[in-house]
Amino acid sequence: MSFLTLTHLQKSFGSVKVVHDFNMTIEKGEFISFLGPSGCGKTTVLRMIAGFEIPTGGTIEIAGKDQTNLRPNQRNIGMVFQAYALFPNMSVFDNVAFGLKVAGKPKSEIDARVKEMLKLIHLEHLSDRYPYQMSGGQQQRVALARALAPKPQVLLLDEPLSALDAKIRVSLREEIRQIQRQLGITTVFVTHDQEEALSISDRIVVMNAGKADQIGTPGEIYNRPTTRFVANFVGTLNVIEAILVNAATGTVKIGEEVVSLPQPITGKSDGQSISIAFRPEAATIAGPSTGPAAVTGTVLSSNFLGSVVRTKVDAGGNIISFDMFNQASAQIPKAGETVSLSLQPDGLMVLGD
Amino acid sequence: MKRFWAWGALIIGLLYFILPLIGMTNFSLKMRRGVYSFDAYAKVLGDTRFQETFSYSVTLALLTILVGVFLVVPTAYWVRLKLPFLRPYIEFVTLLPLVIPAIVVVFGYIRLYNTSSWLPLTGTALGTDVLLVAGYTMLALPYMYRAVDTGLRTIDVTTLTEAAQSLGAGWFTIITRIILPNVLVAVLSGAFLTFAIVIGEFTMAALLNRPAFGPYMQVLGANRAYEPAALAVIAFAITWGCLGLIQLVSRFQKSAQRPV
Amino acid sequence: MTSPNPPTGPSPARRMRLPLHWLGILPFAVFVLLFLIMPTMKIVIGAFQRPDGSFTFSNIGNLFTPSILAAYGISIRISMASAFFGCLIGFGTAAAVVLGGLPRAIRGPLMTFSGVASNFAGVPLAFAFLATLGPVGFITVFLQSELGINLRMLGFNLLSFWGLTLTYLFFQIPLMILIITPALDGLKKEWREAASILGATNAQYWRMVALPILTPSILGTFALLFANAFGAVATAIALTGSSLSIVPILLFAQIRGDVLGDPHLGYALAFGMIVVTGIANTVYIWLRARSERWMR
Repeated sequence: MSFLTLTHLQKSFGSVKVVHDFNMTIEKGEFISFLGPSGCGKTTVLRMIAGFEIPTGGTIEIAGKDQTNLRPNQRNIGMVFQAYALFPNMSVFDNVAFGLKVAGKPKSEIDARVKEMLKLIHLEHLSDRYPYQMSGGQQQRVALARALAPKPQVLLLDEPLSALDAKIRVSLREEIRQIQRQLGITTVFVTHDQEEALSISDRIVVMNAGKADQIGTPGEIYNRPTTRFVANFVGTLNVIEAILVNAATGTVKIGEEVVSLPQPITGKSDGQSISIAFRPEAATIAGPSTGPAAVTGTVLSSNFLGSVVRTKVDAGGNIISFDMFNQASAQIPKAGETVSLSLQPDGLMVLGD
Repeated sequence: MKRFWAWGALIIGLLYFILPLIGMTNFSLKMRRGVYSFDAYAKVLGDTRFQETFSYSVTLALLTILVGVFLVVPTAYWVRLKLPFLRPYIEFVTLLPLVIPAIVVVFGYIRLYNTSSWLPLTGTALGTDVLLVAGYTMLALPYMYRAVDTGLRTIDVTTLTEAAQSLGAGWFTIITRIILPNVLVAVLSGAFLTFAIVIGEFTMAALLNRPAFGPYMQVLGANRAYEPAALAVIAFAITWGCLGLIQLVSRFQKSAQRPV
Repeated sequence: MTSPNPPTGPSPARRMRLPLHWLGILPFAVFVLLFLIMPTMKIVIGAFQRPDGSFTFSNIGNLFTPSILAAYGISIRISMASAFFGCLIGFGTAAAVVLGGLPRAIRGPLMTFSGVASNFAGVPLAFAFLATLGPVGFITVFLQSELGINLRMLGFNLLSFWGLTLTYLFFQIPLMILIITPALDGLKKEWREAASILGATNAQYWRMVALPILTPSILGTFALLFANAFGAVATAIALTGSSLSIVPILLFAQIRGDVLGDPHLGYALAFGMIVVTGIANTVYIWLRARSERWMR
């Protein structure tokens, strides 16, 4: 039972088409991220859901009711903006109460609801502060409480974390996710940060040039990208050439290593060369237990990233990155050394075009 | 509907501002009965009193600009460089002339510098001219200081000064060759505004009894019909010209600062 | 420091440095002192002195005579009226241009014109209005001869409260436009959007968000316009001669010929002007600081 349905949504500004044919159904209580580079149309789709932009074509439905031509103030949607957008002339309390006040709710109900919301974001003690007296992270939490106070059907988050410091960004995104689960509110989150999208979402929509390239769970997006754009945009990806040995069994030969992919390969015939992509964590240093090496090359650099060490290898002009866990016993490859890598079959992807 | 009201309001507003300008222009052209003519302008421009008072006011305006620049540029520069904590106070002082009406200031001049005082400036014509230039400098101070200080904000005063000093430049060289050219547009803007203010100023000149353009206009207005309108047109043209020059120089600066 | 003798005091170079710093602003300080502070203080002190120099409140007390109070009254009312309508009309114009309704293209010309008109005060402005709405002015004559409307019969007189107010508006409205436009630019688009997605109508947005945010700027500019009109001498004198008894005209006549017959009453009159414009400007500065704090 879909809750928020976008059908054939289109938007043009003048002669520039920003959103082509965008289709999506979102379940009640789902947390959806729109991920993509700037200018891909993700914010425009969000603003059409909010009602700030009128679609050039297509429809928007929430809970079975057509919203396409409703004004923003008739939609009962909550929204959090990138630049907080708190009303500077109002205290925290009055900001959170705004939506209830304009709805004409009785004072006692407003008081109770605002207190509940401030408790939710752990800022009860700041209810008399003004926005200019608070940090960015606090302001954005107030903005979240303000958006949630009138019990909206849908919550829209327009890059709410991008103006904040790295550390607050992580803690606030966890807080947002936890509050969203607690309230079970259908949420659309726009971001250009793939780590943010992967960590927080039920499903991710990767957008490119006004279209949804792929819609899927974070795992699907990361492990099974269906287009080259998605594969490149989400995470680090290595691409190498391989020879197709047997299309029916999905067997390919990469360097000296012969591996069988989890699924058959279609559209190519045996003996042809194909592009294989893999994540840095799908490669390991070849040893007696791993069989023949798929890739051999010279180490360019090893970067310590905390729990993992990322090593870059020059394999005949192809730069390959691979990760190994940072264990005290592990031998970290040094620049100039020659290493051989073998690949885990279930980490390999055949790229279309 | 919103558009309709906006346009309606704009048109009424335009009428309010344009009709007096049309009125004065129309009136200034009607000196000769029944036909439009430039008689009023010819009469005014040919009047020796006009020529005297106008050139007197122009001279005073130029002197005011000169004094203003010499007073404001080094001070604003010095405060930014060496005494930044004084900036709010200096700024407050430069805004005082907006608070204290000109008529009060000139009243103070007359009482403080009269013939029996320690500095009898009003005793001689030259002394009174000095007072008048000083008074005009005060009138223009808020505009001049703000323009120059804003101009200085856009350049890195400290770095420029240290660079010049390391190359062996003295203070005079630094101010005239480094700072002044960099705030030239700001100074020019302030100067044109000063000119527009001084040229038609009435209160100070009238109370100090100097033969300036403002009092001349007022006397003529009390005694003649058509010539004052011609003077108003001329004065309006001068104001417009000064403000137009400000636009012109600031546009020139924008295009000069654009990296090629 | 390897010097065997401990220094007994600041070195000569050090002693010279501190005053040298301050020397840089000496010309400015002396000039302002001589030509702004001291003359003003002379007036302020004179307002509390008898002719023999002793202290008194009687000059201030003497201001409270019907004729002088009436002059302050009409001055304040004209300044209030011209500031009020200047704010109202100027705000409306600026809002129409900044927030839509009118094309952005007229913004540049409007600002330039406002710059010119706000400086077109004084004697020429009075002439322009006399030539338009005076007894033989362009509009007066046109209405009389073409439409048979006699402005004078209808009670309109340029040399009156409303005439002066109407004339002052010529520089008050543009000044308002010049000052309030940046404030309107400071209204963030997101505030309007946030209000509207929270369910507010356009009217609720204006009443609860935009106007409260703009109020300090509007009231502050009102105070500035008030002071601007209150101190305007030249326009009033050129327009009315001395037929309208407002404070600047009274003070002008007093300075010229001691019409009050008491020099120290002149000081008190001027002191009253400083107090009124001083209050107006304090309000302006205070409100401006407040709005800047919000807008950060």
